[in-house]
Amino acid sequence: MPAVSKGDGMRGLAVFISDIRNCKSKEAEIKRINKELANIRSKFKGDKALDGYSKKKYVCKLLFIFLLGHDIDFGHMEAVNLLSSNRYTEKQIGYLFISVLVNSNSELIRLINNAIKNDLASRNPTFMGLALHCIANVGSREMAEAFAGEVPKILVAGDTMDSVKQSAALCLLRLYRTSPDLVPMGDWTSRVVHLLNDQHLGVVTAATSLITTLAQKNPEEFKTSVSLAVSRLSRIVTSASTDLQDYTYYFVPAPWLSVKLLRLLQCYPPPEDPAVRGRLTECLETILNKAQEPPKSKKVQHSNAKNAVLFEAISLIIHHDSEPNLLVRACNQLGQFLQHRETNLRYLALESMCTLASSEFSHEAVKTHIDTVINALKTERDVSVRQRAVDLLYAMCDRSNAQQIVAEMLSYLETADYSIREEIVLKVAILAEKYAVDYAWYVDTILNLIRIAGDYVSEEVWYRVIQIVINRDDVQGYAAKTVFEALQAPACHENLVKVGGYILGEFGNLIAGDPRSSPLVQFNLLHSKFHLCSVPTRALLLSTYIKFVNLFPEVKTTIQDVLRSDSQLKNADVELQQRAVEYLRLSTVASTDILATVLEEMPPFPERESSILAKLKKKKGPSTVTDLEDTKRERSVDVNGGPEPAPASTSAASTPSPSADLLGLGAAPAAPAGPPPSSGGGLLVDVFSDSASAVAPLAPGSEDNFARFVCKNNGVLFENQLLQIGLKSEFRQNLGRMFIFYGNKTSTQFLNFTPTLICPDDLQSRLNLQTKPVDPTVDGGAQVQQVVNIECVSDFTEAPVLNIQFRYGGTFQNVSVQLPITLNKFFQPTEMSSQDFFQRWKQLSNPQQEVQNIFKAKHPMDTEITKAKIIGFGSALLEEVDPNPANFVGAGIIHTKTTQIGCLLRLEPNLQAQMYRLTLRTSKETVSQRLCELLSQQF
Amino acid sequence: MIKAILIFSNQGKPWLSKFYQPYSEDTQQQIIGETFHLVSKRDENVCNFLEGGLLIGRSDNKLIYRHYATLYFVFYVDSSESELGIFDLIQVFVETLDKCFENVCELDLIFHVDKVHNILVEMVMGGMVLETNMNEIVTQIDTQNKLEKSEYLIPHFDNHDRE
Repeated sequence: MPAVSKGDGMRGLAVFISDIRNCKSKEAEIKRINKELANIRSKFKGDKALDGYSKKKYVCKLLFIFLLGHDIDFGHMEAVNLLSSNRYTEKQIGYLFISVLVNSNSELIRLINNAIKNDLASRNPTFMGLALHCIANVGSREMAEAFAGEVPKILVAGDTMDSVKQSAALCLLRLYRTSPDLVPMGDWTSRVVHLLNDQHLGVVTAATSLITTLAQKNPEEFKTSVSLAVSRLSRIVTSASTDLQDYTYYFVPAPWLSVKLLRLLQCYPPPEDPAVRGRLTECLETILNKAQEPPKSKKVQHSNAKNAVLFEAISLIIHHDSEPNLLVRACNQLGQFLQHRETNLRYLALESMCTLASSEFSHEAVKTHIDTVINALKTERDVSVRQRAVDLLYAMCDRSNAQQIVAEMLSYLETADYSIREEIVLKVAILAEKYAVDYAWYVDTILNLIRIAGDYVSEEVWYRVIQIVINRDDVQGYAAKTVFEALQAPACHENLVKVGGYILGEFGNLIAGDPRSSPLVQFNLLHSKFHLCSVPTRALLLSTYIKFVNLFPEVKTTIQDVLRSDSQLKNADVELQQRAVEYLRLSTVASTDILATVLEEMPPFPERESSILAKLKKKKGPSTVTDLEDTKRERSVDVNGGPEPAPASTSAASTPSPSADLLGLGAAPAAPAGPPPSSGGGLLVDVFSDSASAVAPLAPGSEDNFARFVCKNNGVLFENQLLQIGLKSEFRQNLGRMFIFYGNKTSTQFLNFTPTLICPDDLQSRLNLQTKPVDPTVDGGAQVQQVVNIECVSDFTEAPVLNIQFRYGGTFQNVSVQLPITLNKFFQPTEMSSQDFFQRWKQLSNPQQEVQNIFKAKHPMDTEITKAKIIGFGSALLEEVDPNPANFVGAGIIHTKTTQIGCLLRLEPNLQAQMYRLTLRTSKETVSQRLCELLSQQF
Repeated sequence: MIKAILIFSNQGKPWLSKFYQPYSEDTQQQIIGETFHLVSKRDENVCNFLEGGLLIGRSDNKLIYRHYATLYFVFYVDSSESELGIFDLIQVFVETLDKCFENVCELDLIFHVDKVHNILVEMVMGGMVLETNMNEIVTQIDTQNKLEKSEYLIPHFDNHDRE
């Protein structure tokens, strides 16, 4: 009996387990277990006090029964009693039972805590170890409350045994995870950092885990750990394979500790101290070099451990993203692994390369492996590896290889595992849109997606293709032709019917000239699918039909017959019935003009972030971009809404009647600057009664001129044949002064010259503008000056409008321009160190605080110009803060009368794609948004 | 962080389950069942890492497993762990079991579930790796065995102890 000879002797337990194993059926097993449970219950309840040994045995049996998946609803109390036993074995089994079976909200916690308290105070290292384990395993809030103060003391006490220190470190880590608020940083933190120098490598490993977690939340507190970790790592990496004795694993010195140290270093940017940085670079080079050396052992464990360290080193190199030389070496190393015979290494190489692909320095190097990755997609036997290959292809995709990658993904989709199809569909749809130069290709790709994997094409995908077709004239005819052809297939996916129905309803006329796709053919084709479709699709098709009635009068009667049939008019579905009734009626009563108006082609959709991308990202709430656009449009309607003496604007918005418009103006009081707000209403009448005309729409090009002043303060704001307006301004904290120069370019006098500053409703309370009227006569060739005193009360988005009205040779002139007083003018630059910057950056990590914009470069991407613009924008330009020297980071404070708002910004250029990514983080959402909007226009 | 450690047989019988995050008992059983389903279908010599099942949370978690003869050893970990590091840790666990049980086999795990737990306790604590030095772990277990022997001097295989 070998098992028994190993020193334990619970014969009864062995018998019970054998019985269970001999059970021929599940029923027999349950019967045997119920018998045992009854037996144990009676023993626990019995009058005879059980000895420790019996308790232990029964608890063990319960544990076994629990592991088989049966509920255990008693025995907890007995287990708790075992905790106070003086016998190690009984105590141990008690703790085991509790850590497996007691969930954190048990009522027994108080009793358990009591026992733990005694064991922690016992100074018996074995008992202390058991108690710390129990805390770490249960890890409840009650336990944190009881022990969060005690455990750090044990951890840093000079006389604590190594094994207890190890346990205390991990126990503290667990408590910090459950209840960070209960583990305050304190004196102990610096002593914990010094555990990195401990003699005992087990202690160092546990301490490194603890510090890594703590440093993520409190980087400043633990930043001294960087240099200690580097020197520890350096000692390990350069040690001979036998130096570390028991911590050498198959000739690799302390692999787990090395991995942990490399993880810890990933919490920080590259070390600032050149000596530390140099030492770290040396370590990383040594690790990369060792990968090329012949293995010290043929055992797979040797290469596994070696590679675990290597992959972590590569992760750190990618994280720092600052040493092009190391990045390229890392990429080459991963390239070797891509073809390694070990599947695990291929998997990890694909995974690491994904992150490498986003680095400026190595993107090109990653792209060279495209054939290997495509091959992996085709030949790997393992779906998890293929999934990584898909991810990597997505990450390495750019304009140069998009067509190839999309084609490969599409062909893989035909055989792809069901579990990853939806994700591939989203990725293909995003890549096709992002890199489409040719929109015919885009339409083909999406239709292929629907054909191959229609079930996995979510609504976002087919909405998006329709948005794009509607917004792009050049592709509409092609799209109509292509969907028409695709619908010919005897069995096509319902998503295709939706896309086809929508597109033909809008653009079917573009292909109706061809007799093979005449209106009637189109209609019959769509209607042949009608009865196979679900209710929402049928509803969509009914709308297509009524659109056909407008597009093709020749099929009107056919369609009316269909609408009139019982299956439509008396359809059980209310929505379908209603559409049929209403459309039928509309087609009968409405004149062709009315039909044409009601059923006009859809107007273009507002440009917005791809809904598909949003689905993939999903982290932010409703798209902020859309909201911004809406408000912008509302504002321009307000400003443009005058009775327009000037030629009608091309604005697509329907023009309301003049009377309604004047009301609109009154509702958004356009008070001139200068007089106190109380008299604003009266003055409004004065201004307008004088000229019998309202504010002109913004002068053409005004927007562009406005944008030019975001990063500078002086220049020409407006110029036409008569008038030039120049600006000079200066800002300090929340105050500013602007000099406006009006130049008469003609030789004739301007009469009744009246410049007026208009603040939209919302802006009035946020921005205080004071100015004096100017002389109403401006001589030919003369220049007059007006001073505006500015006070920023709180942050604002809109800009005031400067309206100038005057008479020139008997004609009335009316000009409006936006005055470039923008939020960033109240910036004060702030210099800070890299560490401060990243610490603050992390503090501003709420999703509302961050606004990001990815946009195409409108100007050549020149580093010096970019720097000048960021400085002109008002923030400090922080050098050597971002680990990637190609990026720009800035910091500053927006001063308003009511508050100060700290702002951090980061601009990441991507030369290759000619794109920028701009991220703004401030403590206020509206500020982040406005600054991001302003700065984005500058590049 | 290690979220869970499971050992089950080729037939899906769980011989050890240890969760380092609170899950209800039902969920634990479901996770075990699902994990067996995920792992048992896989060929030998494929990748030992895969995305976790739906229950334990797909996004951040990975399942790392090894198959030895009749047993599957499965570790669920989050992204803060090195895959190869955990892969080797399973090997250390098994080698340690082998030293403690002298040629470990499935039956040892079944009949000495408490022992297996105690060995695990020496290696992993609250989901973090506590000790990787095999000699240190074996020494600890030996000490425990000695303690146990000294505490129970009476032989326990006599007839009254059959239930």
